[in-house]
Parts: sequence; structure tokens; C-alpha cells
Amino acid sequence: MAVAVDNLNNKPTQPVSSTLRFAFGNVLAFVILLLIGVLAFSIRLFSVIKYESVIHEFDPYFNYRVTQFLTKNGIYDFWNWFDDRTWYPLGRVIGGTVYPGLTLTAGTIWKVLQSLNIPLSVETVCVFTAPVFSAFASWAAYLLTKEVKGTGAGLTAAVLLAMVPSYISRSVAGSYDNEAVAIFALIFTFYLYVKTLNTGSLFYATLNSIAYFYMVCSWGGYTFIINLIPMHVLLCIVTGRYSSRLYIAYAPLVVLGTLLAALVPVVGFNAVMTSEHFASFLVFIVIHVVALAYYIKGILSPKMFKVAATLVVSVGLVVCCAVVAVLVAVVASSPTKGWSGRSLSLLDPTYASKYIPIIASVSEHQPPTWPSYFMDLNVLAFLVPAGIIACFSPLSDASSFVILYLVMSVYFSGVMVRLMLVLAPAACIMSGIALSEAFDVFTRSIKYYITNLSESLQIDAGDTVPGNNAAPQIDVLKNDKKEDSLKERPSRKNKKKEKEIEKPSVKSKTEKKPLVLPVEASFFALFLTVLLGGFYVVHSVWAAAEAYSAPSIVLTSHSHDGLHVFDDFREAYAWLSHNTEVDDKVASWWDYGYQTTAMANRTVIVDNNTWNNTHIATVGTAMSSPEKAAWEIFNSLDVKYVLVVFGGLVGYPSDDINKFLWMVRIGGGVFPHIKEPDYLRDGQYRIDSQATPTMLNSLMYKLSYFRFVETDGGKGYDRVRRTEIGKKHFKLTRFEEVFTTHHWMVRIYKVKPQKNRIRGKTKKSKSKTSSATPRSGTIKKNPWH
Amino acid sequence: MCKYGFDLLVVMVLVFAVYFGPVRSDLVISKLDRRIDLTSQIVRVTLTLKVENTGLDPVSEVSLTFPEHQANNLALLVAISTEGRGKTRGAATNLPIKIKQPDDSPPLLIWYAASLPKELNKGESLNMDVLAVFTHMLQLFPEKITQAESQLFLFQDSAHFTSPYNVKIQSVTVKLPSERVEAYTKLENTKFSGSEIKYGPYESLPAFSYSPVVIHFPSDKPFVVAKELVREIEISHWGNVQVTEHYNIIHGGAQSTGEFSRLDFQARPHVRGASAVRNLIAMLPPRAHSIYYRDAIGNISTSNIYADSSKTLLEIEPRYPMFGGWKTSFTIGYGLPLQDCLFQLGGTRFLNITFGSPMNDVLIENLTLKVVLPEGSRDVSVSVPFSVKQSQETTFSHLDIAGRPTVVVEKVNVVPEHNQYFQVHYKFNNLSLLTEPLMLIVGIFSLFVACIIYMHADFTISKSSASYLAKLQWDEVQGTIQQLQVIINRCLSIHDKLEASLRELSRTGDVQACKAVRKSADSLLKDLSKESKSLLATLQSSPQAAHILPKVEELVVKENDLQEKIMLKHTMVVDSYEKKSGGRDMESRVSSIQQKISVLKQEVDDLIEFIEDI
Repeated sequence: MAVAVDNLNNKPTQPVSSTLRFAFGNVLAFVILLLIGVLAFSIRLFSVIKYESVIHEFDPYFNYRVTQFLTKNGIYDFWNWFDDRTWYPLGRVIGGTVYPGLTLTAGTIWKVLQSLNIPLSVETVCVFTAPVFSAFASWAAYLLTKEVKGTGAGLTAAVLLAMVPSYISRSVAGSYDNEAVAIFALIFTFYLYVKTLNTGSLFYATLNSIAYFYMVCSWGGYTFIINLIPMHVLLCIVTGRYSSRLYIAYAPLVVLGTLLAALVPVVGFNAVMTSEHFASFLVFIVIHVVALAYYIKGILSPKMFKVAATLVVSVGLVVCCAVVAVLVAVVASSPTKGWSGRSLSLLDPTYASKYIPIIASVSEHQPPTWPSYFMDLNVLAFLVPAGIIACFSPLSDASSFVILYLVMSVYFSGVMVRLMLVLAPAACIMSGIALSEAFDVFTRSIKYYITNLSESLQIDAGDTVPGNNAAPQIDVLKNDKKEDSLKERPSRKNKKKEKEIEKPSVKSKTEKKPLVLPVEASFFALFLTVLLGGFYVVHSVWAAAEAYSAPSIVLTSHSHDGLHVFDDFREAYAWLSHNTEVDDKVASWWDYGYQTTAMANRTVIVDNNTWNNTHIATVGTAMSSPEKAAWEIFNSLDVKYVLVVFGGLVGYPSDDINKFLWMVRIGGGVFPHIKEPDYLRDGQYRIDSQATPTMLNSLMYKLSYFRFVETDGGKGYDRVRRTEIGKKHFKLTRFEEVFTTHHWMVRIYKVKPQKNRIRGKTKKSKSKTSSATPRSGTIKKNPWH
Repeated sequence: MCKYGFDLLVVMVLVFAVYFGPVRSDLVISKLDRRIDLTSQIVRVTLTLKVENTGLDPVSEVSLTFPEHQANNLALLVAISTEGRGKTRGAATNLPIKIKQPDDSPPLLIWYAASLPKELNKGESLNMDVLAVFTHMLQLFPEKITQAESQLFLFQDSAHFTSPYNVKIQSVTVKLPSERVEAYTKLENTKFSGSEIKYGPYESLPAFSYSPVVIHFPSDKPFVVAKELVREIEISHWGNVQVTEHYNIIHGGAQSTGEFSRLDFQARPHVRGASAVRNLIAMLPPRAHSIYYRDAIGNISTSNIYADSSKTLLEIEPRYPMFGGWKTSFTIGYGLPLQDCLFQLGGTRFLNITFGSPMNDVLIENLTLKVVLPEGSRDVSVSVPFSVKQSQETTFSHLDIAGRPTVVVEKVNVVPEHNQYFQVHYKFNNLSLLTEPLMLIVGIFSLFVACIIYMHADFTISKSSASYLAKLQWDEVQGTIQQLQVIINRCLSIHDKLEASLRELSRTGDVQACKAVRKSADSLLKDLSKESKSLLATLQSSPQAAHILPKVEELVVKENDLQEKIMLKHTMVVDSYEKKSGGRDMESRVSSIQQKISVLKQEVDDLIEFIEDI
């Protein structure tokens, strides 16, 4: 749409000197970009306006906590931070296991604002980091698309990216997550790569490595870049497009980029050791061989070259075989073939569900459904093919890169719904190109028609009505118009004037007559395109306002008597933070770990950084065990409070009972005495009277439904499962309810302290434990005993 | 219970003092009426006494004594003297009070001297009203209760007012929060009616007489104690006074032990959790706006505002109902219109605003009050109606350079009675208001200037580097091509003129005029072609133009072709007019040329467009 405005605004301008018009075009583009930035920022503010300025969901709370630590203690303490408030008793080395890009970015912004005496809290800065960076991302998309297809396409792509729902879902105000800055870094790295490819300038190549470094700092998705760019280089070499520009675009990136990436603690030597980076080094070797071949070809006569080639190829093949054999042996010796679990699940979509239940249990790691493509991309999904076609006419290095990017990201988005985010920019760029080309054709057709019309009128006037008084006037009019159109030409030239030298040479070969459509068709098509754009805008605004702006820690529901707010999570966390001892340990399922440490400032056993499967399995085992066994596990872990999320009273579906099977699965994966079938009745998961006794006696069931039956006069109707609960009246012996929130969504229990020993009872308990020992001897029941 | 023992010790000492202590001057309290209000956590003692001078010397001050354990918790002591009685009661005077410890005082007794407005001569008498407000006077007993129990308190005092003077007649009334009482000390003349216990009247008691009483009573009042309250008042001369209050609150009642059952609390809120803090009500000034209520983890949605013209009521609920010993912290903030709080008096301005918390029945243990004045304020002074700790600091906010002068006032044990108006006087020049906007304007302006300079200046380090030279050459090439385009456009416009002259010819038949036009056009075109040739030569010499040269050359050639064809057409048409030859013949010849012309025109147009795109 930006193009349409652009063209329209250009037409009525007065014929003035060309420099002024040049400036005008630039200023117009600048203003449009500025407006796109404002749009990208403001469309993400729905969450603040509808809810409040608050950090969303789970991971952002961790990032927020790290940022707070950074701003309070400085960068060196941050690098050396060993966090003893999570993964008790193991702790976690935060400085070495976190991607620091986002935190450092927000911390720097905060520092700068502080030094300017602008008193914004760290929280505010964190909340608004994502919208600010999405504005940057749309500008980066403009730059990238401009490199590929010119300013018009760039502006269109930028405006599409500014409001693509997929990206909005990850970058609304408050969604303080790595992806928020990483998408900007991703697009910007691609832009600099394409820019280097177009100019062959070492300056841009160096900038490109720095942008890549920023990306490595920000997100684990950097491996996408370091695999995509080598693939493109390989593509260029295979299709005979090797040039010195390609070499300059690639070689410095690998050398500098890898060195810089190794500086990030969380990557470290992974930058050279893991298979994710292997492709880049392989292509690095290939490009050098090719460069050498080209060089030798240049200095040798063709005949000599042939001889040399056969010699080198035969020797080279032997060496290569040896190297490949060694590599294969090394790679095969590692159990995961040198790939990390998440990467493997990308290559083999069924890998996670087979081997890593923790990865599989996260909803955003599931493959997307078809409607989610429509939800997240909307009309872009239909425009992308047109964009691909536009990229092929003509195919340049840059446009082939964009096509490759699109194809790869389509594949990855098909594996994991969360990688839809990587697809979104590619789809926007493609659709931007498509829309811009379409507008180009339609407006050109209309313009052509108008000039033709005036010419034919002129001829008619001149030929058929000689001697008519009115004719000269018409002539004058037409002449003026014609002069206008003549003088308009320099402006368009100036606007598109770019300092690339290479592009025209490619273009000149494929230059052909412009496509002109019939005027009615182009008017109609123009109308339809605008309508399509309109649909997209409406959908995006709806998605931003309704679908993606809920912060998930505050829930609202509209009932007949107005808005109802469910603020139970924060109620529970506030209670924990104010009314328990600072060093008390809180056990909950790992989903709530980050929030507990950030909001309640209490030590947790497991959290959303699921690095230790055994530890999570221990908690899962405790939750699925009967009360006594669970109490023993929790006691051995020093746990003081157990927190469960329960939605049965108000109908909140993502509660712990619904996640319970994952606890069983993950727990059973490490401690085999927990068996999934014990919790299922005929393969069905149920909590009503048909449920298995193991299920009804599990700690999770008891903690969730403790005294629940009294709320509705003896029925115990669970509003999420839509059934009456199976076991209604029971007592807790080793746990004590200490807090339940207003809507019962969070329930906190205290683990009762060990009972005093009574003389008479010791014998009895001894005999009991002795009978239990043989079992616990054979089966690993509790890792802490 | 330890404290209880300590109190017994006090009693013993006091009783001891009765016999050995000095008798102060010759004042006699002829009537003393004491009312103790135990309905809330803040104990308010009201004394109504009549002082008579029986000695010879005039007396200028009256001493009031309190046991040390009470005096330590004394938050406020006000004495008012009134003249006359009943209907003829005169104007009340607030008596200044200071601690004045005599050397021969009995131990564990603190003396307060209220200086009288005028000396009391022999035989004269004076009516005094004294209000003493104590905090932390109620002792929890038991200290821990479960959710279902109600909290019980012990209150200990003396049935006799420990006065340094002889008291002729006195009585004390204790008001309890409810009609229930667990136990109380029964002395002679003790009466329990309704929710009041009355001791006395006792007659002719000597100085320092002491008779301990203990009352054990239940109270369901929530004991809201703010461990710390930081009030920040920020004045903006753009029209707003922003008040921000950070509360750190604890329920000071009996500690809740055992389990908390939400079910019980929701089903029978007044039995299970009777003493829980459910809500707090803050009385904000009228026209308070932009009110917010939040804590460290975000907005708290449970609040209501009821506003009318005289006040704004803010009802807030903590995130969870607070039981004994439970803590919470939150922040409330609101803005007030400037004209409601800030006044001008001569050259100085002064802020007039209340001192304490706007909430009722909240005891504040530590109050820190910060008044942030606008940047550039001078001569700051504070006047508070009671003693406080004062200091000054500087706050930096919103683009400050010198910082904002900030008055910090600290006080411990603040009770609602302290919620009085206080003033901060300062001088301020209105022009200082413009500093920050001007700074922004200058900043943004200089940014633009810097941009302009950057765009127009040449920052190349090496003027002889290859890339710089290439860039210069490229610029030159572009300039040349532009010139060439101008020339070609002019050629095209001349073509148009020629065509126009032909049309004119067909209309008027004026051959001569048409010829004249052609002549002039001919000479012009020749000039132009010369120019274009020289430009082409420069292009050919430049290596940068190599890739574009063929197109440009093609363009020039095509244009020349077009020129020739048009001239030809022109000559033919003119000739035919001159010879008056048959139209049909001419038309067929012209049309063939016309076809070629239109093809050439299209080609030229395409070429121009292509060159423009570079």
C-alpha cells in the first residue's frame, strides 16, 4: 500500500528541479518508514491498554529477573552469576547458560535512559523492548527487500511485517522474550549479507559478522543463519554464480562470525564442535577450492588448466575420502551424532515425541495445524507464490537468497509451530515483492492508458475537426499534460537511483517490454489488491487485540455483569513472597518455576529451563506418587511448600491435572516404578469414579481436590473435566493447606515437618521400613536417598 | 509474659516511690477524669483535669507523668487548657509540652511539662484536656491463634493516674471494642456495663499512687501496621502534584498458625477469619486523579473509587485477605491539581498538604516523607506542627541537570492524629519551567543540523583511494547521462513542436509559418546534436560508463533516426501543401513514415526509461 501512496503522491507534484524531487522522494520514503515504525510499535500496545503494563507468560519472567540482576549488579556479576534460587540443590550457572542479547539490550537501554535522567523502571523498559524491536525489524525488512527488489517492494514488505500476526504473537508489549530482538537481528543479518553480496564491500561484510554476533547473543535460532547462508553460497557456486562478491560476503562471515560466536559463553566451543555449524565450515572449504580454481583458471592456458584439474581432482578425491571417513567416525561416535536434541527434532520431526518427552510436552514445539498458517500469516500465505515468481524475473543472487530463505523456513515452520516466527519475515518479504510488482503493473497499465488516451484525443482533434475554435485549447491542454509526463521521468529515475553497479548488468540481459494490462482489468485488480490488503489489516488488528494480547498471568472473562478478573497467580506469588521465609523451597511443576523465582523470589526445584531431566522426573514422580512417598521425596529435597495449579472450580483448562500425564511420563522415563498405564483406565485419562486407584491416590489428585467437594455441597463437579470427581472425601496427613487463592486456581501446601519419634512406634516403623527395603533396593525410587 | 513480669516490677517501684518520692509544688488536682479507648490498636487516653494552686508561689507549668513503658510508646501528647466552665467555657489554648525530667524523680517515670499560657496564682484553678495516644500498648494473649479463633489482648494500666500531685477525686473509664470481656481486675468501685469498665471514683489519693489493673478482652479489629511508609510528593509547575505512597504493611494482630482454608474463609467469613484485613479505605483529597494501586509484580485489580465534590474515597483490597502476622506491600499513587495544594504568598510559594497516610486506623511505624520541588527552587523551608527529623537531598528525574531539591522528613510512630497539614516554602522562577522544553528543542535541532552537515560534507579519508575516485567518476557519468537526457527530452519537445506546426498547417494552410518553425527547429536540433556528441565523447572516455554506454549510444542513434524521419515527414507534408498535390498520395507516403516514427518513438521511450532506472 505504501507504494500506491508513494506513486500517487508523486504525480501531482510541480515540475521542479531534479535534486528537490530526489530529496522529496527520500523524505517521503523516510516518513513512510517512520509511520511504519509507529504502526509496528502501536499495534503491539493492545496488551498494555487492555490489560496492563506487565511481563507476560513464563520465559519473559526469567529474562526480566536476569535483567533486574544485570541492572543491579553490573555486567561482571552477571557473567559470573550462579543462581542458587533455582534447581535446588543443584543451582544454575545463569551467566554461562543464557543467551545474553536480550538482557544486555534492555539493560543498555535502561542505562542510557538513566544517564539521561529519564526515570523508567526496568520493568517498563522490558515491557516495551519487544515493540521497539519490531519497529526495527520492519525497517530491517525494508532494507533487505530494497536490496532484493527496490524501494517499493521494501516499503510494502516493511508494512506487512509491521503487523504480521505471527510476529505480533511473540512481540506484544510485555512479551519480553529472546525472539523479540532475535527476529530483528535475523533480518538485519540477512540484509547485510545481501548488501555485501550486491556491493562486494568488506565494510558490510564486517558489519554482517557483527550483526551475526548479535544474533548469536540473542537466540539459539542463530543456527538457522549459519546453515542458510552456506546453503545459499553452495547454491550460487553450483549454479555457476560464483563471484568475488560472494567470496567477500561469505568468508569473513565464517571466520569473524565463528570467533565472535565463540565469545558468547552459552555457545563457546559449540561454535566449532557441534554438527549444527559443520555446514558452514564445509562450504568455507568449498568456496576456497572454487576460488582457487577460478584463480588458476585465470593464470593458466585452457589446456594446462585441464591437465591441472584432472591432477587435483584425483589427488583431492583421495584426501577428501580420508577426511570424510575421519569425520564420519568422529560424528558417529557421539550418541546424538553431534546434534542437540532440539536440532534433531527439527531434522526428524518425530524424534522428540519418541525420545524427549520434555520437548514434546511443550505446546509450542508441536507441529502447526493448517488453520494456524491462516491465523498467523493470513493473506500472505496466498501472496507468497506470486512473490516467488516475481523473484524469478530476473533471478539475482539476492532474490535467490530470499527464495531459499522462504523454502527453508516453510519446512521448519512445518516441524514446530514456534518456528512460524522465522517464516513470517520471509512470507512478508515475498508478499511485499508480489504486491509491489502487482501495483507496479496495474498503475503502469492505467498510466499507459491515460497517456494513450490523451494522444489519441490529440490526433482526433488535429485530424477530424480542422477549423474548430475549441481545438487549439484542447491541444494546449494535452500538450501540457504531455510535458508533465515528460518531466516526471527524471524524478522516477532519481528515486530509484541506487549506488549499485552490478544490478543493471544483470537486468540489462533480461530487459523486455513492460507488461501492460487492459485498463478495466487493472482497475478491478487494483481494487481487489487493496481489498486483500484491507482484509490483512483487519485480521492483524484483530489478532493483535484479541488473540495475542493476553498476558496469561491475568485472566479475564466477560460475564453478564461485566468484566471479571482472575488474578490468582499473582495473588499466590505475592503471598509466597511476603509470608514465607526467604530461603524456603517451593516445589511445583516446572512451568511455574520462572514465575515463582521472579515474582515470589523463592527457591524452586525445577523451572522452565529444562536442563536436567532427572530432576524434573523427580518432581514428576513425587506428584504422581501417593502422599507418603511424595512426602519423602519432597522432604529429601528440603521442600517447604508445594504449589499446584487447579482450574476445576472456575474452568481454567491449562491446570496441573491436565498436565499430569506428562508428569507421569517424564517421571516414568527415569523412575520405572511410575507406569503410565496405572493412571489410565482403558487407555483413557479420567478423574471420575472410574479412575484408577493409583490416580486417585496420587499427590497431584489429592492436592488439587482437597476439600473441593465442600464447595458445591457434596458433588465435587470439576468444570474443566466436566465430571464429578472420583474420590471426594479424604484427609491429608503429611501436607497442610496454607494458602488457596480467591478462585482456587493456585493452592499452596506446606510439607509437614518430620514427626517426633515416639518410643513405642519406632519398632513398628522399623519393621515397616525393613519390609520396604528390598523393593527400594532394586528399584530406584528416590535419587536423594 | 516476660513483659508482664517487667510491668510488675514497675508497679513495685512505683509503690515504693509513693512513700519516698517528692511531692511536686503545691498543685492539687481537684478532679481527674480519664477515658481509655481500646476499640482500635491505637490506645487513646483522654484526661480531663482541674488543677488548683494551693501553694503560695505562682505556678507556670503542670507536669504530667507516665510510666516509662507507656511513654516509650507515646505517639502524641496534646494538652489544651480552657478557662471557665460549662457554657462560659473560654477559648482553648494549646499548651506547649516538653520532657522535663527532675533529678529526684522516681525511677521508670517520664515527666512531661505543659507550660501554661499564664501563671497560676494562689487559689486559682485551670481546666485542662489532655490527649495521649499510645501505640503497641495492647499485648497479644495468646500470641498465636488459628483461623477459627478470635484474637485476645491484655491491657495493663493503673486504676490511679500516676500524677506527681495529690488528686482529690478521680475515675477511669475503659472502653472496649465489644461487650465481651475475658477477665478484668476487680477493685473496689468497679463497674462493668455495656462495653465499658469503670474504676472509681477514688478520693484523696496521694501523688504517685498506683493500683494495677489488667483487662483481657477479645477484639476482631484488624491491626493494620505500616512497618514503613514512604510518601513522595512531587510538584510539577505544569499543573500537577503527584503523590506516591509505598506501603509495607503487616497485620499486627495475633499470629495465624495452622492451616488457612479458603473454603472456610469463603463460607463463614465472619467466624473463620474475623480479624483478617479485607480492605483498606483511603480518604484522598477531592479532585484526585490518575489513581493507581499496584505492587512490585503489577497492578492490583481489587480497588474501587467513590468520588464526590468533598473527597475521593479509594477502597483497596490487598491481593489476599491478611491474617495475623501476614505481610504485604503495595504502592498507591494519585495526582492532585496544583491549585489545590500550592499557594503563593509574596515572593514565595508554599505547598500545603497533609502529613500522614490518608488511610484510617493505620499505625505507621516509620514514615518517610519526601517533597520533591521543581528544579531551580531556592530557599526551601519546612514547617511541621510537631517534631520531626529533617534533611535535604537532590532527586534526578526527567532530563534534570542540576537535580530537584528534595525535603526529607522522617518520623516514627505516626498515628491518624498526626494527619495534619504541613507547609513547604520555597522560591521559584517561572522561567525555569522552560529549560527542559528548550533543551529538547535545541537537542533535536542540533541533531538535524548534524544530519544536514553529514549529508553535505565529504568525510572521505583518502582522496586518492581507488573507490573514492571510482565514486567521483560514477557521479560524473551520472551527471553526463542526466545532461544527455535533458538534451534528448528537448529534442523530443522540438519534435512535438514540429508535429504541432503540421497540425497548424492543416488547419490554416500557412506554409510559410510552418517553414519558419522547421528552420528554427533545424538549427536548434543541430546545436543539440553537437552537444550530445561532446557528452557522448566524455562518456566514452570514462571506464565507469562502459556497461551503460551501448544503451546510451543506441539511444542517441535512435533519436537521430527519429529526428530524420520527422523532418522527412515534415518536408513531405509541407511540400504537398506547397504543390497542392493530391491528399491521397501524400497520406499513403506519410502514413508509412508515421509508422516508422511511432516504432522509433516507442523504442526511444523504452531506452529512456531503462536509463532512468540506473
